[in-house]
Amino acid sequence: MAIEVRIPTILRNYTDGAKAVSAEGATLEELISNLEAAHPGIKERLVDDGSLRRFVNVYLNDEDVRFLGGLGTPVADGDTVTVLPAVAGG
Amino acid sequence: MLSISQELVDKIVAHARADHPDEACGVIAGRNGVPERFIPMENAERSPTFYRFDSMEQFRVWREMDERDEEPVVIYHSHTATEAYPSRTDVSYASEPNAHYVLVSTRDENEVEFRSYRILDGEISEEEVRFLP
Repeated sequence: MAIEVRIPTILRNYTDGAKAVSAEGATLEELISNLEAAHPGIKERLVDDGSLRRFVNVYLNDEDVRFLGGLGTPVADGDTVTVLPAVAGG
Repeated sequence: MLSISQELVDKIVAHARADHPDEACGVIAGRNGVPERFIPMENAERSPTFYRFDSMEQFRVWREMDERDEEPVVIYHSHTATEAYPSRTDVSYASEPNAHYVLVSTRDENEVEFRSYRILDGEISEEEVRFLP
């Protein structure tokens, strides 16, 4: 088993159009590093200067990881991680 | 071009008027590019100059659209003191390449401006809006 990562439309150019990919890791940070190895370029769209980008929402199952432990949030086989760009503007 | 029913337009405008002077925001979900289901969203910023969907509300709404095989056909928000044209921040955070970005201006109490754009790779293109009965 692995962790399912759901990819938003705007980042599917990194995943050959796939809506979901699987990856492994013990924390969100490790998971993103493993994602980067398979889909180069994606990490920079998610992480900036060691923390999650402000306008990217990442959810572990049904929770926003900002309310869990950010990049340090533990993840496990069978979890689903969902990435959604924040909808925002001025 | 955006084709949208007058009923949905009226709902967007009513939402924008109700939240004035703060910006209002929301989504019209649909299939095959046809806007159908009106989903007003909370502006988590509650601000006259900025909007942001609440992250948990966005998660629920996006999951529901996924389950219904819908997509965000329209993403709308209001400008309350300026024209209905995308601001620099609107462009930098535009993240749904297939959506019609609708802007409504409520700066005038009597007139309403309702305009639609595509925002792709930092480029704004305004499109015609056809109001369907």
